[in-house]
Amino acid sequence: MYNFDFVKPATVDEALAALAEEDALPLSGGQTLIPAMKQRLNAPSRLVSLLGIDALKGVCPGEGGVTIGGATAHAVVAREAAAVYPALAALAGGIGDPAVRNRGTIGGSLANNDPAACYPAAVLASGAVIVTDRREIAADSFFQGMFTTDLEEGEIITAVKFPIPEAAHYLKFEQPASRFALTGVVVAKFAEGVRVAVTGASEDGVFRWSEAEAALSDSFRPEALEGLSVPAEGMISDLHGSGAYRAHLVKVLTGRAVQAC
Amino acid sequence: MPKDGIGASTKRREDIRFLTGRGRYTDDINLPHQAHVHFLRADVAHARINGIDTAMAAGMPGVIRIFTAADFAGVGGLPCGWQVTDREGQPMQEPKHPVLAEGKIRHVGEIVAAVVAETLEQARDAAEAIALDLEDLPAVIDMKAACEAGAVKVHDDLSSNLCYSWGFVEDNREAVDQAIAEAAHVTTLELVNNRLVANPMEPRVALGDYAFHDDSSTLYTTSQNPHVIRLLMGAFVLGIPEHKLRVVAPDVGGGFGTKIFHYAEEAFVTFAAKELKQPVKWTSTRSEAFISDAHGRDHVTKVELALDADNNFTALRCLTYANMGAYLSTFAPSVPTWLHGTLLAGNYRTPLIYTNVRAVFTNTVPVDAYRGAGRPEATFQLERVVDKAARELGVDPAELRRQNFIRKDQFPYATPVAVEYDTGDYEATLDTCLGLADYAGFAARAEASRARGKLRGIGLSHYIEACGIAPSNLVGQLGARAGLYESATVRVNATGGIVVMTGSHSHGQGHETSFPQVVADMIGIDASQVEIVHGDTANTPMGMGTYGSRSIAVGGSAMVRATEKIIAKAKKIAGHMLEASDEDIELKEGRFTVAGTDKSLAWGDVTLAAYVPHNYPLDQIEPGLEETAFYDPANFTYPSGCYICEVEVDPGTGKVEVCSFTAADDFGNIINPMIVEGQVQGGIGQGIGQALLEHCRYDADGQLLSASYMDYAMPRASDVPNIAVDHSCQTPCTHNPLGVKGCGEAGAIGSPPAVVNAVIDALERAGKPVAHIDMPLSPARVWAAMNS
Repeated sequence: MYNFDFVKPATVDEALAALAEEDALPLSGGQTLIPAMKQRLNAPSRLVSLLGIDALKGVCPGEGGVTIGGATAHAVVAREAAAVYPALAALAGGIGDPAVRNRGTIGGSLANNDPAACYPAAVLASGAVIVTDRREIAADSFFQGMFTTDLEEGEIITAVKFPIPEAAHYLKFEQPASRFALTGVVVAKFAEGVRVAVTGASEDGVFRWSEAEAALSDSFRPEALEGLSVPAEGMISDLHGSGAYRAHLVKVLTGRAVQAC
Repeated sequence: MPKDGIGASTKRREDIRFLTGRGRYTDDINLPHQAHVHFLRADVAHARINGIDTAMAAGMPGVIRIFTAADFAGVGGLPCGWQVTDREGQPMQEPKHPVLAEGKIRHVGEIVAAVVAETLEQARDAAEAIALDLEDLPAVIDMKAACEAGAVKVHDDLSSNLCYSWGFVEDNREAVDQAIAEAAHVTTLELVNNRLVANPMEPRVALGDYAFHDDSSTLYTTSQNPHVIRLLMGAFVLGIPEHKLRVVAPDVGGGFGTKIFHYAEEAFVTFAAKELKQPVKWTSTRSEAFISDAHGRDHVTKVELALDADNNFTALRCLTYANMGAYLSTFAPSVPTWLHGTLLAGNYRTPLIYTNVRAVFTNTVPVDAYRGAGRPEATFQLERVVDKAARELGVDPAELRRQNFIRKDQFPYATPVAVEYDTGDYEATLDTCLGLADYAGFAARAEASRARGKLRGIGLSHYIEACGIAPSNLVGQLGARAGLYESATVRVNATGGIVVMTGSHSHGQGHETSFPQVVADMIGIDASQVEIVHGDTANTPMGMGTYGSRSIAVGGSAMVRATEKIIAKAKKIAGHMLEASDEDIELKEGRFTVAGTDKSLAWGDVTLAAYVPHNYPLDQIEPGLEETAFYDPANFTYPSGCYICEVEVDPGTGKVEVCSFTAADDFGNIINPMIVEGQVQGGIGQGIGQALLEHCRYDADGQLLSASYMDYAMPRASDVPNIAVDHSCQTPCTHNPLGVKGCGEAGAIGSPPAVVNAVIDALERAGKPVAHIDMPLSPARVWAAMNS
């Protein structure tokens, strides 16, 4: 690790000011950034911790949905969202291990947009809205490929607004070593239709499986997926599974998630 | 039986400090004025070094000195401890293994330069300022391609990348070929024994120190055998005489073989400390461990089993390519040969066996012994091919094994591969395991799994291993450049307490608990009166260390012999004090009694007399009560056993879950059943890891793809079921005083084929027969096999 400055502001405005310095980076749990810094793969001049900003923390159920502060730890979501959005709480409770869940935050995860992370699938399947210090971004336009989002330089995720689906379920098929999602699927059923989001599988990061959404909106049963298939092209192929395997898993997991709803 | 004697499940006394974070590991040792070294390691697999510019780095803050190969011009290479002779009678090709890369880089992770600085961060900063002028060369990774004519050579000065081609038993070759040609049935299997990284919990650490006042060097290191390191490093690398060199291996957090070997970092810190006249410390990061600890396994094998019309095994023929990596690690050549070829009879009466092993240099990290070392590879191919034969012939795998077992009335049994099993009862372990695993009740469990949408399978393996390594005169003939005895000094203090200084080394095995049980049992005192000292060449007799399930069988036997000498001398003292012949003195429950009388003395009365010899036979024996024994075994020991694994396969994903695992081992006599059970469970955990999870993978350029825990899958608690361990089948070893065989490696040796056989069974029962799937049986591989 190289030397860096560390600040922990108490408000979003202070954080934005601190981030104005060249090579400053926000720190919202640090479950990816800190290991990278320890490996000397990232060298920010300043870390601006968002964990001291109370306004960014908490799980707030509201009309038709739940709003989760950007700096809310996974373990808090797992505990406090359980009554209002159980599938989301279960997803949060299955990220990493207890140490990760008590440090990592939803905003940090979404801003990083790891192609195998869990939260992006929940946000995309829920049709959630990402609230930042300067605007609101619909999930469908937030994720723009592996480790890429619509966020501007220095923009901070302050909250995520989740509508509550009638039924939802997340199934993560774990990569054996990292236990990130080798492939993970969130199925969310709303009155206006079903949304299916897939993480871990595509070279473009999290994506919606629109054919399945159409079929399931028509008939919310696993059998509705018969005849559908996901093309292997564009799927991640690595030590742990081929593109064809991941494409197969998308269908299997979607069916099982529907079954579990 | 005295409290905590032989056979008691005494709780491990060392666990108190380990479990409360109060162990004293090498990294816990810090010396005044200690400097830190950061190694600049190669990030390419194969390159010519045209230049190393350290000028800028040398001027950076805190830098004390930067070393390159040029500084080691007068220093020897890291020696190889075993010379294998090839099929033509020629010695293996043995390239120099320099401490720092000389002329060429030969694997990712090889040390190119070493920066010693006041702090580790300063050393790392300076290492980034070193400029390397490298000429990239094509990497040699695939073993078969490496053996082709015209292949790029890892070592320019060798004739090829072939270290040796070993034939065993060469005289059997034609007869084996003929038997296979004439067989009623031949089962053929091609398989890979996957490359592994040992990953002990404690990474390696080395701290060198130099004392100006007596010109002596001390190395603190994470080693399984400090005397071996002292001998190899002192005599062959640095030229430091043993009386000027002390090697200390304090608490060591797991070894699994990978801490046997003498590593470049150990030689470096010892050399640099003497050069700089200040201590130099290195602590491996986990990332460094992946690219610098010796790897394990990595065999590519074709095996053929011939059977007659009555399903009797008639011959076995094997061809194995064994990866040596870029250099020969300390015992690497012995692993695929004498620790592998000699076990190919397994538990069976197969009369004719031939194996050809081709050891190959590649641009990868050196490969050496890992828990089991050669014996897991032998067991895996044998127990897989026997299982495949049973399926092809439509017979029960258990019964095909039983039919071909060496019967219990056939011991001692000389196999066609040069070893003589002293004792065993394979049907006993088979039947015990079949019973414990409820083999007969499998169908009902399979049906219950099917109802839940899962494919259930059952697999078994029956293993043998050669442990208690090893008779020195025999291994000397086979190419070992070391003896393999063990030593112990038993020092009885005046007040009766005992210190045993052993050449064995405990790095998780529990010697501090089990060794005292033996001595206490022999004398009849409480085990708490006996202390074990190990791991420091300054206060233990020359010993060969701990590996190959040898410590209780060889080190324990040395301790028994020394204790016998103690008892004999103590009886003489007691005889004098009791005015009786020492032949009439009995030692029982810590008291010396004149046979047939009520005249007796306590243990402490006699030990005190030995050191306060007022009433003492000084004309016949010396004062004091301290004895040393060196024990060289007459034969290997041959633990064996049966393992049964049940799995469920998820047909949608290919994921394998181990539902149950049952072990019935014959370890001969047992000192501490609880420790034995733990050893077996740990070994099986590692075996399940190899079978389902662990895989060390290089790409074609020699980059390690599985270089961290993000991609190298270690088994976790949730991957391992409760393991039923039985060791009621006991055929004691016939040639060591304790009748013990050793238990450290059995679990890792016997379990991988049981797991794979179970998965193959599950797929066959589901109507998706697959001949073989290479380890690890990851979900992706199982799914691909099911859908191919």
